[in-house]
Amino acid sequence: MKPEDKLDLRAILADLDNYVPRRRGWTWRKPVDRLRMNGYEYSDCSEPLKNSVPPIAAKSFGGIDPQPRQVITTEIASGRFEDDIRRMRMAAWHGADHIMVIRTAGQSHFDGLIEGTPQGIGGVPITRKQLRASRKALDLIEDEVGRPINFHSYVSGVAGPEIAVLFAEEGVNGAHQDPQYNVLYRNINMVRSFVDAAESKKIMAWADMLQIDGAHNANATAKEAWKVMPELLVQHAINCAFSLQAGMKKENIALSTVPPTASPAPDLKTNLPYAVALRDFFSGYRMRAQMNTKYMESSTREATVTHVLNMMISKLTSADIQSTITPDEGRNVPWHMYNIEACDTARQALVGMDGLSELVEIRKDGLMAEKVREIKERAVLFLEEMLAGGGYFRAVEDGFFIDSGIFPERNGDGIRRKIAGGIGANTVFERDSDYFAPVPCHFGFNNVAQYGLRPDEDPASLIGGSTFTDRSKIRYVDELDPEDNVERRMAETARYADGAVITPEVQWRGDGIVVVDLTFPASLPVSQAAALEIGKRMNLEDVEVIHRESLHPSEATRIQLRGRIALDVDVAKLSIPEEPKRLSDAEITAYVHDHPLRIVAATVGEDEHSVGLREIIDIKHGGIEKYGILCEYLGTSVPVDKLVDAAIETDARAILLSTIISHDDIHYKNMKKIHDYAVEKGVRDRMILIAGGTQVTPELAVKQGMDAGFGRGTHGVDVATFLVERLKEKGN
Amino acid sequence: MEKSNVRPDDWQRRRDHLRESSDEELKARFWHLTEEVIAPMVRLAQTQTTPSIERSVLLRMGFSDAEAKAVVQQTIEHRRMGKGAGHCVYALSLIDHIDIRTAGLKLGAGEGWDRLERRFGGNPR
Repeated sequence: MKPEDKLDLRAILADLDNYVPRRRGWTWRKPVDRLRMNGYEYSDCSEPLKNSVPPIAAKSFGGIDPQPRQVITTEIASGRFEDDIRRMRMAAWHGADHIMVIRTAGQSHFDGLIEGTPQGIGGVPITRKQLRASRKALDLIEDEVGRPINFHSYVSGVAGPEIAVLFAEEGVNGAHQDPQYNVLYRNINMVRSFVDAAESKKIMAWADMLQIDGAHNANATAKEAWKVMPELLVQHAINCAFSLQAGMKKENIALSTVPPTASPAPDLKTNLPYAVALRDFFSGYRMRAQMNTKYMESSTREATVTHVLNMMISKLTSADIQSTITPDEGRNVPWHMYNIEACDTARQALVGMDGLSELVEIRKDGLMAEKVREIKERAVLFLEEMLAGGGYFRAVEDGFFIDSGIFPERNGDGIRRKIAGGIGANTVFERDSDYFAPVPCHFGFNNVAQYGLRPDEDPASLIGGSTFTDRSKIRYVDELDPEDNVERRMAETARYADGAVITPEVQWRGDGIVVVDLTFPASLPVSQAAALEIGKRMNLEDVEVIHRESLHPSEATRIQLRGRIALDVDVAKLSIPEEPKRLSDAEITAYVHDHPLRIVAATVGEDEHSVGLREIIDIKHGGIEKYGILCEYLGTSVPVDKLVDAAIETDARAILLSTIISHDDIHYKNMKKIHDYAVEKGVRDRMILIAGGTQVTPELAVKQGMDAGFGRGTHGVDVATFLVERLKEKGN
Repeated sequence: MEKSNVRPDDWQRRRDHLRESSDEELKARFWHLTEEVIAPMVRLAQTQTTPSIERSVLLRMGFSDAEAKAVVQQTIEHRRMGKGAGHCVYALSLIDHIDIRTAGLKLGAGEGWDRLERRFGGNPR
């Protein structure tokens, strides 16, 4: 697959019945000791990617894209796997190597496996076909970026063991598995959940899958999230210890840990001691650092700040996996660009904090030590009381968990479940003395001796092998529902299939969803109503306010509006400007050598910005000086007449004027003024006038009398190329 | 366990017996207590089975989910979960001299249970 080619969905769907996953098990990144890039030395980075979209600022740093050591997770949940796989490719190019596919609402209560490719809600139905298609796409994507990608979903609900078998067969690399999640949040019978979990974990152990637990949900559910800290340690411990008993390796067991609180609470004062206490107790286990979701509202900026603070905790303590939460999760299921933003936030923050542990150290005394100790003691007391009261099941019956008090404080509002209640109650059966299962990876009692086998022999040898040793035994089901499947959806969006006609999208091909950002000089209620009205008049359908933010109670309100636009564009009919042509450094240097060239430059008007212009000129930024062009820099806030006079005095052939401030179109007005003044002085024909600035549109600059305008993203080579070409035209 | 589910934060009072323990001792106690908490659940998991576990056994034996569901349903109706659904399939294949798939499809269709009755005997449950 070439970067310029789109994922070929047809090819991915073809021949899935014969698809074989490349590998089983989890893959970590390969750390590089003292990675060197662009003259910098990195302490905590891993092998770079073959292909990626580097951070936006990278263009000032030689285009580098250093990759942190942590595996980076992105969660994808659009409900259509065929659109998800495109997003997986985008995410991989932005540094994600752990793709977590959220399950459709209701799958945890589905008694068995789902087949085919039905559409999901808030996630996709996880099926054999969907797994194969996604994994097949990920094979192409990991080859493209040059790093293995871990594929992940959930082994929970009332069909955990079957799903574990499915995942083991289909090469799924990681999964959530935690019986407590079933019990507390899915109201699945607690006995059933633990009995099932042992089997699931044993299968996952065979498949060498990384397991992530479900404790972070306590944080998201509790009324005051930070108060469940002692209980979180207990929940992690129960799942860890149970998993070891089921045969999992410690290094394949990851804690899903979330910094429990968020600013405006004193974030670090609570979250850092908690993170330290957790890592002290759980040494040897893996840490999957999740981001806080509990306090997320509709502001993507606010969420991003919380997430960056969360990553500071990851860097100060440890994280093997840095999960990302999309900053839009507080208002909708994640959209394409927010998955990418979340990955970029993680990459930027983690790389920015490279080497933090070589610079600062967490204190081991004072407030820090007291708080760490307190959390640990409270967790021990929690376990003591649970045992004294009759054990785990009794504790759940008594509403011990997700109580909003910080244990031993209790507020009586915990989640209560009955040992004989919940979904799947009374479905647990005692194994007889001659119980037998002719398969490998079966947890617990299995009377193989009655058929003459030793305990270390594969029970499946009696039936000619299992699906774990002979893939030809797997029954592949394509589709069960003739209406609800990928073929139907592809037919509906066929207009957009080959990219010849395009329309905006946020999650599905052809969804037509756009966001309009509006600031009104009015109160919040007025602004909201006004926004909806404007959305309607813009001919948007299904208009909805997705974010409201007061700038001042009466002066202004910011509203973000989403709507569907019934417009699309025929790509063949677009006039697409060609990428600017650039001369080679050698060509420019040679020309300037033969035709010495002097220019004057300044930021004009009442404008103190100088960075952009200096980048264009200065040799150390790769500016035009390096070609031997003599540059006279006059400074900032220079009047336009002075600039022209200076050019005349020094016999310069060109003037570079920089204009950053664009308020009231002052930048274009200054361009007109300098052009007029040069005409008045009789030098306009000889002089090349070039205007630059982040708000400059090249065509508009030319209309104001400039020879050329350069906007955002311009480099010295672009300006030098233009100068040389124009001088050649003029016959020097 | 206390009857009342509401109480103020009395950590300072309750921690008395922990005060003197070192961090290492506290950690060891934490894991020891955890082991105690999970021990009965591990025992349950070793000695019990569920429809989901039995379906997962049948999947590994080469049945589809729908086929596995039918076999487990029949196993429950004939009160043979204690033997294991996969065991029932294996046993019928031996009795009837047929392959595993044929045996499983038969049992899923409600056939062959009388032969298993004779083989397993006892009190089905």
